Amino acid sequence: MAISRLLPTDDARDLIAMTREVCQKELAPRVDAAEEARELPRDIFTTLGDLGLLALPYPEEYGGSNLPYEVYLQVVEEIGAVWMSVAVGVSVHVLSCYPVATFGTEAQKEELLVPMLSGQRLGAYALSEPQAGSDVSAISTVATRSAEADGAATAYSLTGTKAWISHAGHADHYTTFARTSEEGSRGLSCFIVPGDAPGLTFGTPEKKMGLHSDTVSQVYFDKVPVPASRRIGAEGQGMALALSALSAGRLGIAAASTGLAQAALDLAVKYAKEREQFGSRIADFQGVSFLLADMQAAVLSGRAMYLHAARLRDAGRDFSTEAAAAKLVCTDAAMRVTMDAVQVLGGYGYTQDFPAERYMREAKVTQIFEGTNQIQRLVIGRALLKD
Amino acid sequence: MNIVVCVKHVPDAQGDRTFRESDNTTDRANVDGLLSELDEYAVETALQLVEADGGEVTVVTMGPDQASDAIKKALQMGADKGVHICDDALHGSDAVATSLVLAKAIEKLGPVDLVVTGMASTDGTMGVVPAMLAERLGLPQVTFASEISVADGAVTIRRDGDAGSQTIRSGLPALVSVTDQINEPRYPSFKGIMAAKKKPVESWTLADVGVGPDEVGLGAAWTTVSSFAARPPRGAGTIVSDDGTGADQLVAFLSERKFV
Repeated sequence: MAISRLLPTDDARDLIAMTREVCQKELAPRVDAAEEARELPRDIFTTLGDLGLLALPYPEEYGGSNLPYEVYLQVVEEIGAVWMSVAVGVSVHVLSCYPVATFGTEAQKEELLVPMLSGQRLGAYALSEPQAGSDVSAISTVATRSAEADGAATAYSLTGTKAWISHAGHADHYTTFARTSEEGSRGLSCFIVPGDAPGLTFGTPEKKMGLHSDTVSQVYFDKVPVPASRRIGAEGQGMALALSALSAGRLGIAAASTGLAQAALDLAVKYAKEREQFGSRIADFQGVSFLLADMQAAVLSGRAMYLHAARLRDAGRDFSTEAAAAKLVCTDAAMRVTMDAVQVLGGYGYTQDFPAERYMREAKVTQIFEGTNQIQRLVIGRALLKD
Repeated sequence: MNIVVCVKHVPDAQGDRTFRESDNTTDRANVDGLLSELDEYAVETALQLVEADGGEVTVVTMGPDQASDAIKKALQMGADKGVHICDDALHGSDAVATSLVLAKAIEKLGPVDLVVTGMASTDGTMGVVPAMLAERLGLPQVTFASEISVADGAVTIRRDGDAGSQTIRSGLPALVSVTDQINEPRYPSFKGIMAAKKKPVESWTLADVGVGPDEVGLGAAWTTVSSFAARPPRGAGTIVSDDGTGADQLVAFLSERKFV
């Protein structure tokens, strides 16, 4: 069934049409082979970048398109329906630009943000560490002020290990959070580290259950020099910055997961209309059609959730509870819908001849990254019970 | 260089294309339309030539209201302006009438260095409009180009055939039709989508191009579709069981149909 989208302008409709065309012609023919070979399709990000799809929600004066989240996220959803790893990559890149775009000085936006939004660069977001996942305040990577050589401006030296970093080894910049003092959550600062910085190395890519084209590995900082001009915000402001980016990032994952669920639903519907047993299409058995109906209801409710949160954000309203709830609902929906798609396809669903099993493997991680769904409940519960 | 690209808005080949019961013409109302994919190569050709040597690309289409979407797509890709010839009397026009209207429109646009078209439309697929148009405009017709270059007031193309390739050179102005081998059409970027809104599109009637309603449309068409029928559903195939002669049977099957 065609997706019924409410879009605010003709431009947005044409943008969605263009995204679909690019997805069908450039992404769809390559997804299976690249996922199997565990390759990050760097050139596809260049193609998307050339079309402006890596900078949509950022201001035009720095190379973005100043689009509302309502539209940007539906682009991410369309990409997620064809290639989840790429949709996650777009979301990660957009997240990596967020601190500079939101808290950077004018000079930093000119120097750092413009190239980040050029479409030729790919970003990574280096927040998590082996011992600091949900608990951001446990970050142990340190940024020490280095001696000011020859009277040059202040610089930092970063040392530590980041974990679960998408695009590690491929990214042109790493938006990195490191400790500038021992004061727990108030001791973190944000830095933009170039991908070719001396002392920056990468671990072996993780062997994951799915999302193979999203290369993820540890990132090692060994006395990586970073000039003070690349520190975003004040020293100690890192935690606030990271938290403010999280809600927007959660919506990216919510949208991508909705696309993934839509793809699984479309596959299941197509199969149920073709597969015949006992002399009729299995879609004609109510047991199957009710399963499909529940999948459709889950997809529609997920889409409504993330779009509502996005529209609140676009209107300048607080949207943190809605973003957490959207992330929770959309990713749980993706898990259930992809699992049910495997069920509809029966034995074929369990084989790699159909993408249902891949969808199911990809859905699992959406309940984990960008804040586990238990953390989303924590966020929602805290806001609800705040005095 | 002043380039005119003729494009057509066609029913999406992915959809269920059909004919109208009332007059056996293509049903354009009940199916999504788009810029004919073969015409995207023509637009891309013109854009690349202009990007290299400067100039302007004008897109011309003839068709009902929704045909303006084909112009919009070409403008989003980067063309400079558009002309849409839209007139109720055009309904049912054949290739002869189409070439007449396009020729008159191009003449009205003024001096042109190059007219570029696709090799055929993806719906009618007659592929005769480029030749007819060249004839009406009195231009050299340089068709089925798989490679193109323009230098020193002349256009050079490569035309690939079954047995070999020809290199053809013509003075300008000329009409060139291009194949799907000539380039990789670009996607409109979001900036292109935004910019297209500000580009001029003129809407002309038949009277504007000086063609009478009796010269076009179903009534003036040299041929008519007298009936149509959907392709019958595919029948069961032949199953070859390999009792030692399987390969021979397969070869016999293929050679009977002249595949080998």
